[in-house]
Amino acid sequence: MKRIYLDYAATTPVDERVITAMLPYFKENFGNPSSLHGFGQVGERALDESRRSIASNLGALPSEIIFTSCGSESDNLALRGTAFTRREEHGYNHILISPIEHPAIQATAEQLAEHHGFEISYLPIDHSGQVNTELMENHFREDTALVSVMGANNEIGTINPIQKIADLCQDRGIPFHTDAVQYGAHLKIDVEKLGLDLLSLGAHKFYGPKGVGVLYIRSGMRVMPTLTGGSQEFGLRAATENIPLIVGMAKAFSLAQEEGAVRRERQVLLRDQIIEFVLEEIPDSRLTGGGPEERLPNHTSFVFKNLDGNLLIQVLDSEGFACSSGSACKTGDPKPSSVLTNLGYEPEWALGSLRVTLGKDTTQEEVDKFLYILPECVQRVREASR
Amino acid sequence: MRSPVGSRIVVGMSGGVDSSVAAALLKDQGYDVIGVMLRLWSDSETENRCCAPDAQLEARRIAAQLDIPFYVIDAQDAFYQAVVQPFIDGYAGGITPNPCLNCNRQIRWQFLLSKAKALGADYIATGHYARIRQSEDGAYQLLKNPDPEKDQSYFLHVLTQEDLSRTVFPLAEFSKPEVRQLAREYKLSVAERPDSQDLCFVGQENYRDFLRKIDPSLLKPGPILNPAGSVLGEHQGLADYTIGQRKGLGIAGPEPYYVVDKDLLNNALIIGSKNDLGRISFNAERINWINGETPSVPFIADIRIRYKSRAVPGRVTPLDNNLAQIDLTESLPDITPGQAAVFYQEQICLGGGIIQREVL
Repeated sequence: MKRIYLDYAATTPVDERVITAMLPYFKENFGNPSSLHGFGQVGERALDESRRSIASNLGALPSEIIFTSCGSESDNLALRGTAFTRREEHGYNHILISPIEHPAIQATAEQLAEHHGFEISYLPIDHSGQVNTELMENHFREDTALVSVMGANNEIGTINPIQKIADLCQDRGIPFHTDAVQYGAHLKIDVEKLGLDLLSLGAHKFYGPKGVGVLYIRSGMRVMPTLTGGSQEFGLRAATENIPLIVGMAKAFSLAQEEGAVRRERQVLLRDQIIEFVLEEIPDSRLTGGGPEERLPNHTSFVFKNLDGNLLIQVLDSEGFACSSGSACKTGDPKPSSVLTNLGYEPEWALGSLRVTLGKDTTQEEVDKFLYILPECVQRVREASR
Repeated sequence: MRSPVGSRIVVGMSGGVDSSVAAALLKDQGYDVIGVMLRLWSDSETENRCCAPDAQLEARRIAAQLDIPFYVIDAQDAFYQAVVQPFIDGYAGGITPNPCLNCNRQIRWQFLLSKAKALGADYIATGHYARIRQSEDGAYQLLKNPDPEKDQSYFLHVLTQEDLSRTVFPLAEFSKPEVRQLAREYKLSVAERPDSQDLCFVGQENYRDFLRKIDPSLLKPGPILNPAGSVLGEHQGLADYTIGQRKGLGIAGPEPYYVVDKDLLNNALIIGSKNDLGRISFNAERINWINGETPSVPFIADIRIRYKSRAVPGRVTPLDNNLAQIDLTESLPDITPGQAAVFYQEQICLGGGIIQREVL
């Protein structure tokens, strides 16, 4: 059975060109960038070039780019590093986030609250999951240490008005972080134009390798390191730099910029076909998240009433289609997704979620095959869930 | 086998040696095998033994080794409704329920079959030790496993023609040592895993502690009486005892005492001598006739009243309302309401039902 992968929001395959770029840095050019000798200098050069490349693609300075091990680590460093610094400098203890952040933000904020005396409060969102900037004003406090709002939601694909939120934060001098792990994989980012203070990226969402990410930190922002040791990454993250992965990420991010417009156009076309088909052909179905304008170009997400979403993923997998679901649980203990619950979906809807996300090389034929089999699979699962 | 080679089949996997070998055999024979573990309800803090994390990890590992898909399907609510609640109700009603029977009927078959169908599989397979044969008239028969030590037909007498028509028992002809040997040959890491125990859902504690936690009134102390009504002592709760039980009564007498009956109304435990206990006739309810038809006349069969007990000849008289009267050729001391009476002729399991409480 030929398997069709439709879960690109979970992860993507590494682009051949990225692999080619990485390969020399595993063996021939293996030097430690901190070493004085020639081997080290080769590594140092690769590190520097990667940093420049990513910086220029973000409209940032190279000195504002910190390499980390993943988007989650970037989120952790942004939140912890900023929160602790702002407390130390000003005594601020308040963290303001959206209620549907990625667990890397949500769980980190919770730990800061439960074990370090910070207070979390949540920004208002609308039914599509977008932060309501009109109502934001009332949520800022004198002691707000930072605001963190994701660029786009992984589960429902909704894009947030990042620029507007950044403006509001800037007016009050509050640092603003955005988890752009999904957003940055698809949409052009200019940190200056958007007015961001901190931003997280993860390479494996844009055809780069797993295990490497970026944290952009605006010059002048003070962030307390969480991984202490050597003075790598401007003293903000100790550990010998993972040169092959960093080189791969820089290459993948460049490709994402060069080919971005083409990728978006292709994917939006297929995305809208899926949305239209599902809402028309499958009874009791709803699109979750934002409409076409405020949705990631490769992202579709639905809920089906009275359907076991876990079983639907398993049935689709057994037919050769890899998708995902907000409530999916490998260990068989599905809970309604907290994102959907926060958006006000009742369990009878929230338990039946499906996320189908497209890749840059997803074909019309693959989408056709998927749409051909989906209604029957939904029907079968509904019969079995009764 | 009736299911054509190459067809899709769902194997219920527990992470144990039997279901792992069953999956390996089917894969070897060329079936399109999908491994499924049902996530069953368990007493809050402890995991259900059939699907605890280590069992799940083990099953996942086996599935990866066999290169078959593996899915865990949530059956917690269904399991509670079909198995745990009747277990509690059974003790409240003074019987000694056998939860495995409900589990087989409603979870391991009905529930799993419906999920298998969604997964595009017409058949399910399990690691049970029993055989299925299609007779000349097309009806499906359930037969014992040749190894009397391991034969599990007793627990499978609840299956219907529909169930059997969609079931494969890959271990049908094997004995346990042979299955362990197969596991070694397939290099399955579970080859030496001990056999799983019953009462998977009560965790580390015993069923009494479980019941006490659910409903303390099920284990309320009360009088121990002899058949004449004299008080001989105090019991620790009726659910603590099983009809025919001798050990643990703590009452000395001229001859050993046995639990003879439970008087629910007065929360009294009736004990007596072995003579007070033996029964030769009883009724069974919720009878399942495996061939789907209630026999029109009484018939002679070998009757098993407990999983491990010896079969005893007797006459089975079908009655209305899925009842049957059973008259044994000898009196047995441990005819226990709530356990199954299962009817055999030679190797064939004809069906069975739940032993009713004797109405005194």
